Parts: sequence; structure tokens; C-alpha cells
Amino acid sequence: MPQYFSRSANSFARFTVLGAICALLALGWWGYLIVRSPYEIMQNVPREQPVPFSHKHHVGGLGIDCRYCHTTVEKSSFANIPATKICMNCHSQMWATSPMLEPVRESYRTGKSIEWTRVNDLPEFVYFDHSIHVNHGVGCETCHGRVDEMPLTWQAAPLTMKWCLTCHRNPERFVRPRNEVFSMAYTPPPNQIALGKRLVREYHIKSLTSCSTCHR
Amino acid sequence: MPNQDFIPIEALTQGGEPKLWRTPEEFEGHSEELELENYSEEGIEFSGASRRRFLSLMAGSMALAGLTGCTRQPEETIMPYVNPPENVIPGRPKYYATAAPVNGIAEGVIVESHTGRPTKVEGNPDHPASFGATSVHSQACLMDLYDPDRGREIIYLGLPRNWASFQNAWSQVIAPVASRQGAGFQILTETVISPTLGAQLQAVLKKFPAAKWRQFDPAGPHSARAAAQMVFGKPVHTYYKLATADIVVSLDADFLACGRGSTRYARDFSTRRRQGDRLDMNRLYVIESTMTATGGKADHRLALRYTQVEEFARELAAALSVGDASGSGAYQSWVTRMARDLQAHKGASAIIPGEHQSPAVHALALAMNAALGNNGKTVIHTNPLEVQPLDQIESLRELSRDMNDGKVDVLLIMGGNPVYNAPADFHFTTGLEKVKTSVHCATQFNETSLKTTWHIPEPHFLEDWGDTRSLDGTASIIQPLIAPLYGDSRSQLQVLDTIVQYPGRSSYEIVRAYWSNQSGVKDFESWWRKSVHDGLIADSALPPISVTPNNNFGAPPSSSSGGMEIVMRPDVYMYDGRYANNMWLQELPHPMTKLTWDNAIFLSPKTAKRLRFDNQQHVELKYHDRSVRGSVWILPGHPDESTTVDLGYGRWHSGRAGNGAGFNVYPIRTSDALWTGTGVEFRKLDKPNPLATTQMNQSMEHRDVVIRNTLDGYKKNPNFAKQTEHAPPANLTLYPQWNYTGYAWAMSIDLTACVNCQACVIACQAENNIAVVGKEQVLARRAMHWLRIDTYYEGDISYPTAYYCPVPCMQCENAPCELVCPVQATNHSSDGLNDMVYNRCIGTRYCSNNCPWKVRRFNFFLFQDWKTETWKMQRNPDVSVRSRGVMEKCTYCVQRIREAEITAANEARYIHDGEIQTACMQVCPTQAIVFGDKNNSANRVAKLKAEKLNYAMYAELNTRPRTTYLAELRNQNPEFQGA
Repeated sequence: MPQYFSRSANSFARFTVLGAICALLALGWWGYLIVRSPYEIMQNVPREQPVPFSHKHHVGGLGIDCRYCHTTVEKSSFANIPATKICMNCHSQMWATSPMLEPVRESYRTGKSIEWTRVNDLPEFVYFDHSIHVNHGVGCETCHGRVDEMPLTWQAAPLTMKWCLTCHRNPERFVRPRNEVFSMAYTPPPNQIALGKRLVREYHIKSLTSCSTCHR
Repeated sequence: MPNQDFIPIEALTQGGEPKLWRTPEEFEGHSEELELENYSEEGIEFSGASRRRFLSLMAGSMALAGLTGCTRQPEETIMPYVNPPENVIPGRPKYYATAAPVNGIAEGVIVESHTGRPTKVEGNPDHPASFGATSVHSQACLMDLYDPDRGREIIYLGLPRNWASFQNAWSQVIAPVASRQGAGFQILTETVISPTLGAQLQAVLKKFPAAKWRQFDPAGPHSARAAAQMVFGKPVHTYYKLATADIVVSLDADFLACGRGSTRYARDFSTRRRQGDRLDMNRLYVIESTMTATGGKADHRLALRYTQVEEFARELAAALSVGDASGSGAYQSWVTRMARDLQAHKGASAIIPGEHQSPAVHALALAMNAALGNNGKTVIHTNPLEVQPLDQIESLRELSRDMNDGKVDVLLIMGGNPVYNAPADFHFTTGLEKVKTSVHCATQFNETSLKTTWHIPEPHFLEDWGDTRSLDGTASIIQPLIAPLYGDSRSQLQVLDTIVQYPGRSSYEIVRAYWSNQSGVKDFESWWRKSVHDGLIADSALPPISVTPNNNFGAPPSSSSGGMEIVMRPDVYMYDGRYANNMWLQELPHPMTKLTWDNAIFLSPKTAKRLRFDNQQHVELKYHDRSVRGSVWILPGHPDESTTVDLGYGRWHSGRAGNGAGFNVYPIRTSDALWTGTGVEFRKLDKPNPLATTQMNQSMEHRDVVIRNTLDGYKKNPNFAKQTEHAPPANLTLYPQWNYTGYAWAMSIDLTACVNCQACVIACQAENNIAVVGKEQVLARRAMHWLRIDTYYEGDISYPTAYYCPVPCMQCENAPCELVCPVQATNHSSDGLNDMVYNRCIGTRYCSNNCPWKVRRFNFFLFQDWKTETWKMQRNPDVSVRSRGVMEKCTYCVQRIREAEITAANEARYIHDGEIQTACMQVCPTQAIVFGDKNNSANRVAKLKAEKLNYAMYAELNTRPRTTYLAELRNQNPEFQGA
């Protein structure tokens, strides 16, 4: 019986089969990279807002505490966006005629809320609670980044489940003393792991990785 | 692995002979056929799609839905307050006390509000009618509030109008009437208990002396009212304190599961039942004309026809030597032994007549309670709750006569639905059409609204101020939680105010003004604040009065004219029909039949056999030249030669849920025979009309899952439950053991306490955003309730004993479901819950297949309504709303657990016992369900699990369920043994 295929056909066949598998894997990997890319999860993208509010100016420049505006962050799951009234506490006196602040004044006049674009947006099936994190030594900066350096706010962390779990599995790597929670330029000490372990013990921090911790 | 003798599987089904059965078919031993036969293909079919079409659709949806799933999250906005209200913390719910009018009287409730939206109703622990529990109706009231079919605007002859145009029209209509002192002006209300509304009605009558105030409630306590007139000569209100009653006799009263005051009765009854470590149980005798949840709970139950119940009552009264009562001697063996038992517990017994029983039975019960010295102890008499008690049937008869005679020019109907539910012989609708101006003020735009010239939408009780009274007379201010959803709605108080002193005030002003006169306190402001805050007015219960019955029981009924008897009762859930458009109640399985979305013609197995009816035979029921059509349901324990039908179904203009559900009984209900009559005939119909029941949905494969004993048996062998359960050693497993160092959540369910009221089922639905699926899907066995109460029968089909078994997720420690999930969507949590991650679930249903209890529910279709705006407002924001293709299940209300954990961790403390209440535990009127951390032996749940009665269902499977049961005990009268 004549040989239809040359010897090299074997290698060729092996190569194509392997190549196809590799190509599929690469395609999958590429897809995974896209899904997790900063583009896809909107990481580091400054977001347009109805009023170009600058945390850099208010926090970095003026030194206003996070809790002056985000009043519920220690008490509730939700760190509230400040009511128009809070803006007007100052801006009825300062920059009271600035055209940039017209939407704020309009909201205050008409009683209609300002529609802020959500920057740090978790999916609806995730039940995150600010109060428990803030009260147990997780700094604002740990998740939200250097807000004091953001002219327009962006999402600093990927906010993926994998990212959440890096801390939930090893809280000692990130936890800081309670009095440093709201500071922005906190540098972890060189003995962070030792300090972290002490704080985990002191604050009764549990490494919670059960599904229902966040998903209900 | 230890050497273990495996239990032969036959041992689990008691030698292959199942003792417990659920349906007549199962009793006769052909349940498999029935299961196949009952398995409806309806709703399962894929709308006739071919395989090719199916594949192309799947490919298309993969391309569209699957790949678009990888896109970015949609952009969302946050809209903060402009001026934040004080004390509102977004993300934290607030709770307000108010009072829910349930079947006409108040139940104290506390309502959860998420940034202004009422999302869940709980009982008010301080309120004497609820003690923290609620009835199914309070739970379901949110569905009425957010009902998209409610009347939304003022309607005049089918056209939208506004309040100003109504006021304008009214001033023209009322002017000629006013000149005649109000002659030709009549007001029809439901039973008025609200003190403010009563005062206003009296003010209207003062202004228009010739006007008439009529009251009518189709299913109200007409017999109790008549009996009080008979034996006391004046209106007297009677209620019971069962916490000290050793013996309770129900004369056709379903006092544990439905009717006025049942929440409190169930609580008191079950507390007394568990007294003295259960060694000092109370005893319940039930004589009844159909099978009710109360009857199923009885220690001794006798099924008698409606008229026989009265004969029985006369005989019992004779045996207790009450007045000149005499009996025929037909029930001597029962009566003598019961009388001895009652005599031995003088002052500590209660005889409760059914609300729909005849006035004579009520009169006899009043007299017997007086003779037994129960008055003032277990039976309390007070002045009536109603502002003006009257014979409501006569009242409506006169109104109908006046209308038909053309004597009524202006009719104001406040609430109710008389076009649908007035007795058929009154010709109410014909009369109403002769009235020139008729105004209907009600929360629903119903059948009556269609026939009146004006309809004014009334705010729901959660939308406007009001007041009401509860069973013992305790008054409550009804506090609203939300502004009226529909701007032009006006409360009954406001409408009356307009009539009296135009222009009207707000409901708040009206109620406040009334109580500032009534309260008689100096510092009214703080009195008012306290009363509103507490949900009740302190010390406002009506004082007990001392009355002596005159032993006038009327003449014994002449021996029945023959023919089959019919009993018409208000439905357990629909009541008189007012809840018909409430989808939660429509889909809630009925206690004994597990019927949903339908009423039925109930027949005893023997009578059905005589008539050659199979279950669900569609028939025409003929009665006094009138007829209705419905399906037969064979009800074990129903008396022979009698049929029971439930009122409240078959409405034609209630809205999307109630329209066409069940059949309407009112066309055969006449004023001379409100509750019963004889001379029923049946005609078989060809067209089938299947009934949707969940009774056979989850099979326990004939295993004897309810471990039970008599009190005597328990005294002789306290360890019987442990001996019956086949628990293998805990280490008999291939999987590594879990180690629970922190909390270990667990539940204990007391079967002795459960009365099958289904409040837990509907509370679970409200708390966990559980979808309503509709009749077709229930037929296809796809009801979504996470928690179910299984009803089992034992013994002969004609006089069975019933057992109730609530089945939530067992949260197994060796959970079969967790092992089979291919995508890890169900996992074990560190505190022992079987977590369910909805967003991970791909819908293989392996977990459900592997669950021995069948407590997982699958979203075969998009059951949740994602479109209707009002229903979105009801949903609990702490629980995911599940979509199609996702498995869901009970997780012990994990959202409540996590919230409490966070609160406790923030305060650096341990969670107190009782701090977390699952929705089912919180609502349970009998406190049958206890939840807590079993790792702490001081906790209630740990103590209950250490009791001798504690057992695990299916212990032999060694899944080590966290939910365990306390075996059921019945306290039978030793004298009845062998009878």
C-alpha cells in the first residue's frame, strides 16, 4: 500500500493538534485578561460627574475628614454620598456664585437630588459593609487609594472577588491601627506582618471566606 | 471506619407498611399512580418548539446573553438626599409600630422600613393580640399596599376625576338631602371598631338626623352577636385566655389557625401545652363540621355535620346540667367523658364556639362556660368592640329594600364589597343601580366600585393615620409608614370630615383631635408620642364585665329536612374575599389540603365514594334553585353527607391575581341560611378543572418522619424519640469533619406546638423575596416556598389524626447538596450553613436531586416580576432577587445573621441569645421554631436540642442536620382509651 502521507505529516499533525489546544488556551487566557483588565473593570478611569468635585482639593488641599461628608461610613453598610445640604454648609458662603456649582445650588433650590455617577460599584449580589471594615482597621485608602490626590475620582482597586480575598485570607497584611483608618498618606511599618497579627488579635478580626459573608 | 451494622431500609418504613399518609389515594395504597397522574405537563412544555428551533435559540441566546455577560457593568448613579431626614441612615432599616386591621380587628405590628419603603411586617412584642407574632394576613398586607391593581384615582362613571371635582359634585348632591334632614342619605360601612371613625359617623348622623348608618360584614361574628342578645339581652364581646385553660373544647371553631384573635389564642394554647416540661399538657377536644388545622391538632376529634354540632352542644350542656338543655343521647359516650373532664377542671377550661356556628351553639357555649366557672378566668366578657353593634344582616336587608324601593338618593359605601358578597336574596346590585349618587371609598377598585357612580381610592393602612382596637379592646393608633402611593386617595375619615365640616382636615389631624379629647391627660403631646411609638394606647383594654346568661338557647332545630348539607365558611386566607388579589395569600397552601389558587367542594371520602366522584371531579353544585361550579376535593376527616365550600373566591374584578381564581359561593348564600343549609345536589361536568395542590409535591417516600407519642407513652418511656430515630455514629463519614469554633447556627422545631397556620411560610416569602409562580406552575410542582409545612394523616381515613411538620433547609453538617455542585455554588460556611451563591449557580439541579428533604427550589422560568414598579418597592434590599435558571433555598435568613454579626462585632461582643430571629421564628404564633447558636449551651436552642424529645429527621442518612425536631405529644384522655 503506498504511503499517502510523508513522514513529516506526523509531526505536522502533532503540531496542529497541540497548536490548536494552545491556541484555545491562549484565547481563553486572553479572554480572562480582558475581563480582568482595568479597561473592563473601569479601574483608574476618572469619571465625569455633574459637578467636577475634586477630592484632591477638599481632602488633600483643605484637609476635610472623610466623615464630614460620608457620615454613615462607621454606622452603616453604605458610605453615603453627602446630601446637597452638606455641600451648601460651606458653599452658601464660599464660591456662592461660582457657575461650576450651579447644579448644587439648583438641587438645593428645587429639592431634586444631584445624580452622581457611581465610581466604586460592586455588583448587586455582593453585600459589602463599610462599618465593619472601618471599625476593624481597614483604611479608606486600602480600597479607595489616594483619594486626596484625585482631582476627579476614579476606582483605584480592581474590586474583583480575587482582590477581596487577598485581604480576607490574610488580613494581617493590610490592617492598620484604628486611629490611622482615615489617614491618607499612611505608610505601613516595616514590621507590618507582626503589627498586623497583633491587630488581628486585638480587634478580633476573623478571616471570613464563607460565601454568605458577602453573597446572600 | 467503625464496624457498623447498616439498618435495613424496611425498618425505616416500619416494615414496609407506611403509617402516615397524605391523601386518600395514598391511604388506599396507590400513591405512585397518583403521583404520575397528578404530574401535570402543563407549563413544562417548551411552547411547541422543535429541536432545531431550540438549538438555534440556544445559540442565539449564548451569543447575546453569554458573551454580553463579559461587558462592563452598566453605569449607575447615586441620588443622595437634598436635606437628609433626621435619624435616617441609608443602609440601615428603621422600625415603626402600627396596627394592622386583620379580619376587622387590630393586630399590633412593627414594620421594617428601608429608606421610606415598608418591606416587612413583624409582630409587636408588646401588643396583647400578637406578642410579637403575626397572622398570615399581617404578613401579606404588603402585597395589598403595593398591589398594582389598586384604585389609583377618583373615578366618576368610569372617567378619572380629582378630589376638587368630587367635593364640587358632592356639595350639589348633598344640598337637597340636607334640606330633608338627610332623608334619602344612607351610609354603608363594614363593622366599625375605630373609635375616631365611629365618632365621625355619629357626627354625620347628628348633622343629618334622618340619614341611616348601615353596617355589613359578610363573614363577621353574626352568631356571636345574636347569642349575646339571646342570653345576656345586650351586646357583649367575648374572648378567651387560653394560657390557663387545662381543657379546651372547640365547637366547630378553627381558633388556632384562622379567625379573629387566632394569633393570640395559638400563643396561649401552645404555651399552656408545654407547661411543666410538657408533663402538664392541656387537652383539646374538637367537634367540627370540616377538617381544620385546629381539628388536626386535637387530642380528641369528632367530625359531625353542622347541625349535629348543635345537638352535641345541647347534649354536652345537659351533661353539665346547664339550664334546661337536653340532648338526644346520640353522643353519650363522648359527652359523659368530656363532661367529667370539664367538671374536674372547673374554672380552667374553655368552650369555644365557631364564628360561623349557629347562635344556639354560641348561647350554649356561653352558658356552659358560666356553669363551669370559667367566666373572668379563661373566658372574658367585655362591652362590645364595635361602636354600634347591630344585626348586620337586618341592616343590609333594610338598605337593600330601601334602595330597591327607590328611597335612597345618596349612598356612601365605606370599604367592603357588597356587590360581590351581599346575600343573594337581597338583590343588592339591582338596588344599587337605582341609587342616583353612590360613592364607594375603598382601597381596591372592586366589583362594587364598578357599580357605583363614584369611586374614591382609600389609602392602605400603611399610608395614612387611623385607629382601631384589638381582641381585648386595646386601642392602637395606626401610624403610616409611607405617603400614599396615589395622590388623590382619601381616607374614610377624610371623606366623612368633608361631609360634616367641609373642607376637611388630614387624617392625622382628625385622629389627633379625637384622642386629644378622649385621652383626658394633661400632657397630651407626650401621651400621643408614647402611644404612637408603642403601637398601642396603654391601659385601653376594655374592662371585663360580669354577666350571667339566662339559659335561653332557642328551640332545638327541627330534624333536618333531608338531603345533603352544605356549610359555607370564610376561607382561611381569602376571608370574605377581600384578600383575593393578594398573590402571596393566593399561592399559600391551605393548611389541610395544601390547595393554592382555588377553593373546592369538600366531601368526605365515604360520600365521594357514594356519589362516585374521584378527587378533582368538576361538578355543578345545585342548592335551592341556584348553582355554582367547582371541583371536588376529598377531605379526610370531613363528616359524611355534608359538603363544605369556602367563601372569598371567584371574584371577577379584583385584579390580576384574584380574577378567576376559584368559584364564587355568594350566589348561593342567602340571608336565611348564611352558613348552612340542606338539599344539595351534584351534577358531574365533563370539562376537567384541575386543582393546584402542593400536598404531594415533596415525597418523603413513606418514611415515618413524624415521631410521636401520647403523653402517657412519654411518661412511661421518655426516650422514645431517640429510640425511634436511627442515628449512626457521627464519625461514620468519608469526609473530614468540620470544626466550628465560633457560632454554630441551629434550629429546633417543636412539633407539639406547630398548628399549621402557615405564617412561617409567608413570612419567609416576604423576607427572602420569594417569587409567586401562579397556578399552572404550582400544578407543575414548581411552587417556590423555601419553607413548607407537611401535613400527614394517620389512622382511618374517616377519622384520621393529623400531624404537621415544618420543613426548612436542614443545614446538614455532612450536606449531600454541597458535594455534587459542579461549580461550587453551594458551600459550607464556617458557622455551619449550607450557603447558596445565586450568582454562581448554573442550574444543573444536582443539589436538589441529592437533597433527601427536597427543600431546594429552582427558578424554571423568570418567576420574579422584574417589571412592575410597585413590587420592586417591597423587595428586601438585603437579599438577592433571583433570576431564571438559579437554584434557591433557605439559609436561616443569613442576611439577618450577618447583619447581627456585624453589629455585634462593631460593638465587640457576643451575639445574645434571641438577638437573631429568622423570619419563620419571629412570626410563629406558637413559638414552635427556635433559632440560635448551639455552641453556647446556655442558649435556648442548645437546651432544646438536649431535650429527650429531640430527634433529627432522616437521622439514618448521617447528614447531621442542624435543624432538628421535638417529637409530637398528644394528651389523650385515659378514659377514651380503647373507645
